Amino acid sequence: MTTMDVAEPMSAPSLTSSASLAQRVRERGFSLSLLVSFVLALAMLGALLLEVVTLGWTRIDADLLTRFPSTLRVETAGFKSAIWGTVWLMGIVVVTVVPVGVGSAIYLEEFADRTRWYNRLIELNIQNLAAVPSIVFGILGLAFVARGPLDLGFVVLSGGLILSLLVLPVVVIASREAIRAVPSSIRAGSVALGATPWQTVWKLTLPAAVPGIATGVILALSRAIGEAAPLLLLGALTFITFVPDGVMSEFTAMPIQIYSYLSRPQEEFRILAAAGIVVLLGILLTMNAAAIWLRNRFENRF
Amino acid sequence: MSSTQADVAGRPFGKDPSFLVGRPRRGEQLIKLSLAACAAVSVVTTVAIVLSLVPPTWEFFRDTATIGEFLTGTTWSALFASPKFGVLPLLTATVVITVIAIAVALPVGLASAVYLSEYASPRRRRVFKPMIEVLAGIPTVVYGFFALQFVAPQLLQRFWPGDFLGGAPGTFSALAAGIVMGFMIVPTIASLSEDALSAVPQGLRHGSAGLGATRMQTTVRVVMPAALSGLVAAVVLGVSRAIGETMIVLIAAGGTPRLSFDPTEGMQTMTAFIAQAGIGDLPTGSVGYRTIFAVGSLLFVLTFIMNALSIRLVRRFQEIYE
Repeated sequence: MTTMDVAEPMSAPSLTSSASLAQRVRERGFSLSLLVSFVLALAMLGALLLEVVTLGWTRIDADLLTRFPSTLRVETAGFKSAIWGTVWLMGIVVVTVVPVGVGSAIYLEEFADRTRWYNRLIELNIQNLAAVPSIVFGILGLAFVARGPLDLGFVVLSGGLILSLLVLPVVVIASREAIRAVPSSIRAGSVALGATPWQTVWKLTLPAAVPGIATGVILALSRAIGEAAPLLLLGALTFITFVPDGVMSEFTAMPIQIYSYLSRPQEEFRILAAAGIVVLLGILLTMNAAAIWLRNRFENRF
Repeated sequence: MSSTQADVAGRPFGKDPSFLVGRPRRGEQLIKLSLAACAAVSVVTTVAIVLSLVPPTWEFFRDTATIGEFLTGTTWSALFASPKFGVLPLLTATVVITVIAIAVALPVGLASAVYLSEYASPRRRRVFKPMIEVLAGIPTVVYGFFALQFVAPQLLQRFWPGDFLGGAPGTFSALAAGIVMGFMIVPTIASLSEDALSAVPQGLRHGSAGLGATRMQTTVRVVMPAALSGLVAAVVLGVSRAIGETMIVLIAAGGTPRLSFDPTEGMQTMTAFIAQAGIGDLPTGSVGYRTIFAVGSLLFVLTFIMNALSIRLVRRFQEIYE
């Protein structure tokens, strides 16, 4: 009995017989209303998924993946250029955000002197950047990347770079947590055997942190894949009937194409948008399943 | 090898206690420098955001409209033939939709956090917590679809309780956008609030229970006040998310700037205007192009204040309990 009490102190009925009826009713009402609010959020999620699937069901077919967008033949229009645009964007995001994000995390966790003002500034800045509205990143892309100093134009590289900056804080924060979770005894042992700080990081700390970092990267990608607002300012809302053939190609992307169909009032376009959402959510579900699998597979190694 | 020995011999023990500081290694220094450069990318990004916002905004206020006109004008028709640049309609639309969103997200998010932190068994917690996190992973364009296709026609219009509340909302309304945005923000508020509640030491709960308080009394009068700064930080961050959200309002709130506090009407927020103007591919330096930056600056300043406040508040509860 005693051990049980220690393990879950709050699970013992905290209402004594002396509690009044009104008190009991209030107590029950409170816990019930908590549960109801919680269930309400889940019900909304359920309604959302149900609505998407029931509306999009009739258009989930091969054309959806293999045909280009069309406003004339709606029955057979698809998302081909959008899917490939998204693939290109995600490729650019992975290639750029992984080295920069993980590099930042290693610097902040292993090398930075916390007492220096500039290192504190970097930390604060990343926290703030994580909450800057995505449309502001679109403005940055418009003024700095597509036009202005970099002047890349409205191409898939501009979109990829902006999405990469947008999700950089996610990668940095997750990687820092993963690196921090590696026990310091491992570092001390390595250094005691004569390894340099960088050898220690590269051969011991980083490999041990890979599952956590990979989870963070997948989460960042699943954020980037659904992001539409910044791409609207980067010329992605155009009618594209070709697959991008390089980083300097014009492009569109899944969420943008969904928005494009959604902004037409006719029912058949709404159905097409719903079918596209099913594809997008399918991709997201796969990514999140991979993240959960990674977390469980490699958890608690130390 | 001989040089290493010479270095060791030349430096008496004890003078340099940190094992991370040794003989200078060029390669290591170079690596450290490039890692620092990676970390600097985020700072450069912020600087670049400010640099891309300031010059066009300055030109806008120099050539097009005064700051007074901009902040107090009641008509916004920036992209029309005879443009008017009063930002109030965009600002009030943002405020109205944010208030609706928080009115949904605060009770639902806070209750979910209290339930997960104070009431749910560890097993239920493990099952329920990821479900809330799923809400955070859904793309905003999907929420926009949901508001337009389900909440407006099948919830609001079908179950509208009659004329004493005014007419039912149309296809585009602040109400539909705000409600859905609220559910989008639930995970933000729930997860930060839960962190704050979990950081309250167990001793406070035991003490309260020991004095005869019920679990509700303990939760409401001891745990929540102790976590207050964290809870406020969660709400502030939620407000910041609501102000900056674009796709939901672009899809579901309509595209007409309107100075109105009636949530059943369609209205255009700051973010929706930026997106709408940006889609149009305006020529660099044109008046329309500059308005994107003027509105963008206002949006950036507002969210920056919210974020800074939230970071400070989080730091406060971390300082107390960690």
